[in-house]
Amino acid sequence: MTALGKLLRTTAFKLTLVYLTVFALFAAFLLAYFAWNTRRLITEQITQTVDAEITGLAEQYRQGGIRRLVFVVDARSRRPGSSLYLVTTRAGEGLAGNVGSLATGILETSGWTETAYRRLDDPDGAEHHALVRVFQLPAGFRLLVGRDLEERERLHDIVLAAGRWSLAIVIVLGVAGGFFVTRRVLKRVDAMTETTRKIMDGDLAGRLPIAGTGDELDRLASNLNAMLERIEALMRGLKEVSDNIAHDLKTPLTRLRNRCEEALRVAEDESQYRAALESTIEESEALIRTFNALLMIARAESGQARDGMAEIDAAEIARGVGELYEPLADDKGIHLKVEAPTAAPLHGNRELISQALANLVDNAIKYGGINGADAEIIVTARGEGDRILLAVADSGSGIPAADRGRVVERFVRLEQSRSQPGSGLGLSLASAVARLHGGELKLEDNYPGLKTVISLPRAGSVPRPPEALG
Amino acid sequence: MRLLIIEDDRDAADYLVKAFREVGHVADLAVDGEEGLAHAVDGQYDVLIVDRMLPKLDGLAVIGTLRSKGIETPALILSALGQVDDRVKGLRAGGDDYLPKPYSFSELLARTEALARRRGSREETVYRVGDLELDRLSHQVTRAGDEIVLQPREFRLLEYLMKHAGQVVTRTMLLENVWDYHFDPQTNVIDVHISRLRSKIDKGFAQPLLHTVRGAGYMIRDSK
Repeated sequence: MTALGKLLRTTAFKLTLVYLTVFALFAAFLLAYFAWNTRRLITEQITQTVDAEITGLAEQYRQGGIRRLVFVVDARSRRPGSSLYLVTTRAGEGLAGNVGSLATGILETSGWTETAYRRLDDPDGAEHHALVRVFQLPAGFRLLVGRDLEERERLHDIVLAAGRWSLAIVIVLGVAGGFFVTRRVLKRVDAMTETTRKIMDGDLAGRLPIAGTGDELDRLASNLNAMLERIEALMRGLKEVSDNIAHDLKTPLTRLRNRCEEALRVAEDESQYRAALESTIEESEALIRTFNALLMIARAESGQARDGMAEIDAAEIARGVGELYEPLADDKGIHLKVEAPTAAPLHGNRELISQALANLVDNAIKYGGINGADAEIIVTARGEGDRILLAVADSGSGIPAADRGRVVERFVRLEQSRSQPGSGLGLSLASAVARLHGGELKLEDNYPGLKTVISLPRAGSVPRPPEALG
Repeated sequence: MRLLIIEDDRDAADYLVKAFREVGHVADLAVDGEEGLAHAVDGQYDVLIVDRMLPKLDGLAVIGTLRSKGIETPALILSALGQVDDRVKGLRAGGDDYLPKPYSFSELLARTEALARRRGSREETVYRVGDLELDRLSHQVTRAGDEIVLQPREFRLLEYLMKHAGQVVTRTMLLENVWDYHFDPQTNVIDVHISRLRSKIDKGFAQPLLHTVRGAGYMIRDSK
């Protein structure tokens, strides 16, 4: 497609054409209306003048007979710019006036007629048009009075010329303007197309140009840019996941394989084979768990888990998770307390938020009970402004401020935690769940210990009454 | 127990048929949705084990068709899609239980037996195992006539175990049915709850009722 062809096919140019047609039609109509009205006005003036003259001349005739009429008509005919006069006998023989030749039959008519004529003083000149009226005088004389229509015709020509010119100007300006606007738009759209092509070729960092005028194209571009931002983040996440999978799933897989090979090589009796098989199953179970956790995180991060969301109460979740883990904490000599006195309504997925909180409590029990005798874990759920905070506070050794950002990443396990069982995905999942619900996971110092907080937006603006909750 | 396994992966299906036969059940096999539907309509089965993704007719469609025909044979859905919302979809389509792949055979067996049992048993108000009694209406638990005080959750745990007395109940089954959680709590929190319950109902009695089944789960039964 040629550049011109492309230009002509744009929406902007087609719109220009439509507008142009509409404007041209409107201008033509306006001009025609104006011309018609003016013409009517001129005709009216002519008829009035002619009528007045006829009345005057008829009066002259009545007072002085044909002689006086001929005299007056003669005198009037000689004045420059005069009307047309002709006085004839009954037989049509001219007595006075300034009309040289007339179309035949005119004298036989009565009332208003438009006719071609030649003036007496200019018999070889061009034919003119006139509006004439024939008046029957007593005794068979006829009086013809008329006005040249040249004025009217000149006006007609002027209007026509004006119409032609303005139409030409409208079209030229319109088409030129259309080209200009279209080219500007096309240039920007082309720039966008170019960028999107680059992005499609794999350069996800590309962004659409924004002119800064805040018009609809800018809005479109900034929306598309926001979308690209999201896509890039998702792609980065995906890449991260695949890197993680490559690294952290291959390691246990290798271990698994080694164990099988070792069993084949070394085992001597059934019990040794059995032991090897059992540990293989155990190892594969751990792998499945890691795999499930990764899938869950990926789903939460991609926003796919939005289906199962409903109105839920964070206080209920805190109590439920607290109740699930209380015996385990107790077993380890940690006192687990739930503080969730009032309803904390939010819109979300009960399973996912429960699991996120369970991960935090699980971590607190694993790492927060290290400090000895009167270790305590406090699980709280409460509203704070338009946020719902689900927090787990322990009195353990905490996480140094420098590491807090890092531990949320997948598979990151700090040195001191490597001795404990775990996949290194607990906090990642909690963080992904928080983000899925439009919130965030925060790690704070509990002086001493760690306080992990899932901050989520409160549901609606009207909290449900506490007695409505189970 | 008569089982129908509808599974298109031949290896997995053969393994299941063999494993179920080894523990004394009768298992038939269908390798696609249409065949499975025909078998399920004709045969008298106690439980259907249906893979979710099947050739010709999707697993959920098989169950949906059966239910619309008024056939209420309990169905357990096997699926590689293990997420919460897939599970909800499966149960909404008429499935009675949902087990994500990969699963362990002991888990599948325990759930299948629980489904078959559920069909046969009527809901009793008082469960009895040996000298242990649980009254579901008055929420009273006694052993050898002495009252045992249980927390609400412990009561529900015991209730579920006693409802399935003589059957293996896995940890995930307990987590799903007693706590209504379908996620993996990483640490085995259920074990601690069980040992608490055990200390309340078995402590001081010569005959333990609550048993741990190695590699599978728990079972309450009168071992006499």
